[in-house]
This record gives sequence, C-alpha cells and structure tokens, in this order.
Amino acid sequence: MNTLYEETLPGGAMWSWRLRRHTTLRITDIQGGANVGFMAWQSEHPSNRLNLPDTLKAQHTAKLTRGHILMSDMGHALLSITADSTDWHDPLGGHANADAVLARYGPGAYQEKRNDWFRNAHDLFLIESAKHGLGKRDMVANVNFFSRIDIDPEGAMSFHPGNSKPGHAIDLRAEMNVLVVLNTCQHPLDPAPAYAPRPVHLAILDTPPPGPDDECRNHRPENQRAFTLTERLFL
Amino acid sequence: MSTLTYRESQLDPARAIYDHTLLSGDGWTRELKQGQTLRIVDLEGNQSADTLFYSATDWSDRYSAQDTIRRQGAIYLTTGTQLISSEGNTLATIVADTCGRHDTLGGACAAESNQVRYSLDKRPMHNCRDTFMLALTRWGRGAAKCDITHNINFFMNVPVTPDGALSFADGVSAGGRYVELRAGMPIIALISNCPQLNNPCNAYNPTPIRLLIWE
Repeated sequence: MNTLYEETLPGGAMWSWRLRRHTTLRITDIQGGANVGFMAWQSEHPSNRLNLPDTLKAQHTAKLTRGHILMSDMGHALLSITADSTDWHDPLGGHANADAVLARYGPGAYQEKRNDWFRNAHDLFLIESAKHGLGKRDMVANVNFFSRIDIDPEGAMSFHPGNSKPGHAIDLRAEMNVLVVLNTCQHPLDPAPAYAPRPVHLAILDTPPPGPDDECRNHRPENQRAFTLTERLFL
Repeated sequence: MSTLTYRESQLDPARAIYDHTLLSGDGWTRELKQGQTLRIVDLEGNQSADTLFYSATDWSDRYSAQDTIRRQGAIYLTTGTQLISSEGNTLATIVADTCGRHDTLGGACAAESNQVRYSLDKRPMHNCRDTFMLALTRWGRGAAKCDITHNINFFMNVPVTPDGALSFADGVSAGGRYVELRAGMPIIALISNCPQLNNPCNAYNPTPIRLLIWE
C-alpha cells in the first residue's frame, strides 16, 4: 500500500478529504484515548450520505469494527472497515455542542487561550462541511472512532475508558468517491474533567479494489447486496 | 429483558380537539402548538409509527436521535424522555406511555435499504422513506430529502446486547397501547405508519394507528 499523503491532526481540530474510490484513509490514535467524530457523503451527490441506522440494522450491530461497511441512505457501501486494532467504535453517542463543552470544561475562549481554546464537534462539523457547500440540513448522525459506549440491559449508556491504545489504527476504504469530514474533539460522554483532546495521524493509501473474496463484501449477505448496488453506480 | 415502566394518561379522548385513524402505508404531517399533547395509539399491536419532529420555524432544527439518547443516558425512549433537536432544544417530552419502550436506533425502511436487508428485487415495495418524502413535498416550505433524519420507531423493540449486537426482538406493544407527547415548542410532527411487509416485528401485518390531540 503506497502512501499518497499523510499528516498529523492535533486534538480539537477539524479535517476533510475527498477520498477517491478505492483509496484508504488510515486514522491512527497516536497517544491512545483519541476520539474522531466522523461524517461522510458521496462526493458528487451529497444527498447520498452516511446513514447509521441503516448501517447498524443491516449488519445487526451496535458497534463498528473490521468487516463492517458504512452504508448510505441509498443502500450503498460508502466505506469499508478493512483493518482495525481497536475492535469497537461508537455509532451511538453523537457529539457535543458549545453549550455542552462549556458545561463540561468551563470557559475556554479564544481571547484567553488562543490555539488552546475549547472547540466543540458541532461547530467543527458545520465549519468543515461548509467548505464543501454543505449546511445544517446536510448533517448526519456521526461515528466516534476509537471510543466505546457500553449499553447495559436497561439501555443505560456509559463511556468505556481505555478503549483505544497508543498506535491503534482503523482503515477506511472508499467504495465510491466519498467526502469525509472529521474532527478530534473529545467524546461527549468522556468523563475526563479536563479539556484534553488527543491528536491522530492521517494517511491516504493507494489500495486495490475489493475482489470477490473481500472480507467486508462477504461479512454478511446484506453487505454483498450493498456492494452490488454500489458497483451499479459505475456501470 | 429489562424493566419496562408504564404511565397511563388522564386525558379523555372525548375532549380531544383532533381524532384521526391513520392507515398503514399512509403519512401524516401536522403542526403542534407548544403545550399541545399528541397521543399515538397502536390499535392492533406491534405496529411501527415512524416519527420525526421539526421546529415549526426552522427545518434544520430537527429531531436528533443521538442527542436524545445521550442527553438521557439511555437508548430506549419512554415516559420522561425529552426529544432533543439537533440544536439542543426540547421538541417534545413523552408524558405517558403504556408500551414501555420505543426504538430510535433502527431508522426507517426505504426502497434501497429493503434491497440491502431483504433482497434486490424488493425495491418496488412501499416503505416509510417514500411516505416521508411525499409528505414533506406536499407540506412544502422547501423541505427535501436532506431533512429526513433518524426517526423514532414508536412501539418497536430493538435491544442492544452487552457485546454490541443489535437485535430486532419481539414487540413489547399490544393492541390499544399508546404513547403521549407534549410539545415543548411549536413543532411539526411527521409520521409514516410503516408499510413494511418483510419484517416479522409486525407479524408481516401492518395495521392502523390512531392519533389524538389535546390542547
């Protein structure tokens, strides 16, 4: 796998990329304990966008890991999770807005803190998406890579500490041209009292197209059908 | 199975200002004033009422499943649940519930997701997203597909297991059970009475729901 591009993204920062079909975004948690809030759309037609309920119910899962695909609301495979050292990524917890960050960490105005000011994922999603012409109505439920939320039998949600270790990485292979927007704000249920978002390393890799024996394609019959619908876009 | 809590309503159907039976496969859109109460009745049992809420003045301020479950720290909706918008506002609060648990993780059925979930030849079948799109188009005011987000499935039971599996369990609803919501601000309610014929959750038999509104 040839690395086409790489960079390090600090904690509390935003990023976007138009991933070309069959290239792979590798996100690496450098220090452990990172959180990456993540949304995705088909580059050319952003009304075709990440749909977590469809993703979860089709694969009978409430977590994301290797073998799963991120599905769009049009039944397509947007991205495949082709490698993962963390085993559990959160599709349920969503993200915090400015009020929530203020309530959790206290005031962190730019005027006082300059580049260490307290950012919130809600605003960063809006800013980074706006660069691509997207607005509030284009926002979708987000994934939180590297974080885990446990669900007890009563349905109660709790943050699972220590889910991601230093060096853990996830590979996301684009199955069409995909616009990804992400940020490195803390998970909204992370109980850590201090504002201390962690950096990640981002790499774009040149990867081969999925063959007939591809793990993500064959993870479930639902995935095979999603791949079929996706490949019809390119006939 | 976890604990289910039930709360009955004291509201008298004879005093409702609105009383409508919505057939399966049909959509319903209505503006609710702040303080009005909407009751949704599962007339025959285990029917899914796929429901979305919006601010009456701003399409982009809309029901957010993730914000709703995170705010209450639990994934199931029942009495006391505040339905939170993408901008952090309380659209409505569940004030009575004789079903005990409602899903907001499973989303709505669509022609394309039916193809993925069941088989590629299911595309022509009726589905909730088509109902949502027709209802929004008829409602007008610039609504579009991008305004269809992750809905509530009233009367559906979709448990998450401790190891992170999502299951579509037998229903916890029954004929005559209902849920009641009080609008916390002026809102638009959008309901698709689910036409799904492929899912055993409704015994492959979509049935009518009843909608009542009180001042």
